[in-house]
Amino acid sequence: MSNLADLQLTKSGELRHFLTPEGLDRLMLERILDTADSFVVVGNQEVKKVPLLRGRTVVNLFFENSTRTRSTFELAAKRLSADVLTLDIKTSATSKGESLLDTLQNLRAMHSDMFVVRHGDSGAAHFIASQVTPDVAIINAGDGRHAHPTQAMLDMLTIRRNKGYFESLSVAIVGDILHSRVARDQIHALKTLGCSDIRLVGPNTLMPQAIDSMGVTTHNNMDSGIDGVDVVIMLRLQTERMDSAFLPSAGEYFRLYGLTTERLAQAKPDAIVMHPGPINRGIEIESAVADGPQSMILNQVGYGIALRMAVMSMAMSGQMQQRQAQANTPSSLTGKLRP
Amino acid sequence: MGATQHPQHPELADTPALVNSLLNQVDQLITTQKLGQPLVIGIHTGGVWLAKVIAEHLHAPFGQLDIAFYRDDFSKNGLHPQVSPSSLPFNINDRHLLLVDDVLMTGRTVRAAMNELFDFGRPASIKLVTLCSVNQRELPIQADACALTLDLEVGQYLQLDGPETLKLSIIERANHE
Repeated sequence: MSNLADLQLTKSGELRHFLTPEGLDRLMLERILDTADSFVVVGNQEVKKVPLLRGRTVVNLFFENSTRTRSTFELAAKRLSADVLTLDIKTSATSKGESLLDTLQNLRAMHSDMFVVRHGDSGAAHFIASQVTPDVAIINAGDGRHAHPTQAMLDMLTIRRNKGYFESLSVAIVGDILHSRVARDQIHALKTLGCSDIRLVGPNTLMPQAIDSMGVTTHNNMDSGIDGVDVVIMLRLQTERMDSAFLPSAGEYFRLYGLTTERLAQAKPDAIVMHPGPINRGIEIESAVADGPQSMILNQVGYGIALRMAVMSMAMSGQMQQRQAQANTPSSLTGKLRP
Repeated sequence: MGATQHPQHPELADTPALVNSLLNQVDQLITTQKLGQPLVIGIHTGGVWLAKVIAEHLHAPFGQLDIAFYRDDFSKNGLHPQVSPSSLPFNINDRHLLLVDDVLMTGRTVRAAMNELFDFGRPASIKLVTLCSVNQRELPIQADACALTLDLEVGQYLQLDGPETLKLSIIERANHE
């Protein structure tokens, strides 16, 4: 998918938008994880802040609600010393009839340097990056059922910090694969980083068609699905799906796919348990597991801030270099793009 | 393009002698300034190698800084592609610090390092220890212990190779900035 690489990278191969791990090579994904490792340390400092993006403006554009993702992006930008503006678009200008394009052009005219975009439609962040404001760094904070790359990469960071490597790991992704925007990105990232045993576990009604073509195995039986794995990634069961005949009942789901202490014993003794949150206790995961020693759920939150700081600083760096390169090209449109 | 023979700077031929001279100066500094038990902190990467030698000599705790997130040239040069985590496995509050770098040139690295240190706490004092100082300062920062001071031609810079054997040499930059 060289298109996705072209869109996300500068001509010299630096990150300038972060839309999906798809199309990025292993070296780039590892650089993101390395940079995030350094930001984890910043989170432990007395002053949890670096001056890297001082004077830059980051706009969080949230076209749908997501308190957790929005607040971690906001915190990440603040810890990079950027000025942050968070716009809840649903309650903003668009309700007065302003089009999305006009809203974005206005924000660009305010010299915004980065948009963090959350949208209910698949491909929204790609569209903005490719068609609307290519000179503003775009970070995809989740679009439709398509992608949620920072969540997927923070999961990779959690795995690497616990296991140290990806080759020869067995990873089970359990739950509502069909409606998950993270699972696809997780699969892309895991494969690129060298993981070969990726198992998707869940009922057929929540398994996407022809997902096997991504090089994963599918399991309807939880016990065999997590047998001997090193990592169990639980997905949130979107309870709103209950109504639409995807599932018989919450109790039935927990009986078949809930992660209990007993079930976790099928995995390796040092297996780690991950969950993007918010967790539904007693529906997809038992409290004893969520709060147990193998659970990485709260560590993931901290790693999420570090990972977001990493992609934000890398994309800002690439975008600035791209602008400079364009400014040095006589035939460039820079003047028009950056008044 | 590295030329290691520089007749105008014969001291460079013997890096171990420079390191020994620096260790002597550090001992003196600790005595005269009454630093007691200082913490030794190296700046990535050459400063870290040197700091390890100093920390072993003093039997002192050792930490390392990567100043990539504190540089003042982010707008110009972007984020360094290889960032390694800073690691200060101790509390620096009210402690005397020896900040170690291999070469002191413009002073910008040291400024960035001090900014980072203050995000970890408030030290009692910071002393700057460097193997070699090049007379190209752009900021009012001077070393407290330094084995060698020299002038370089335009396009030359110093490089410390290591970490097993430390070797300081002059490198000719292919493209002058």
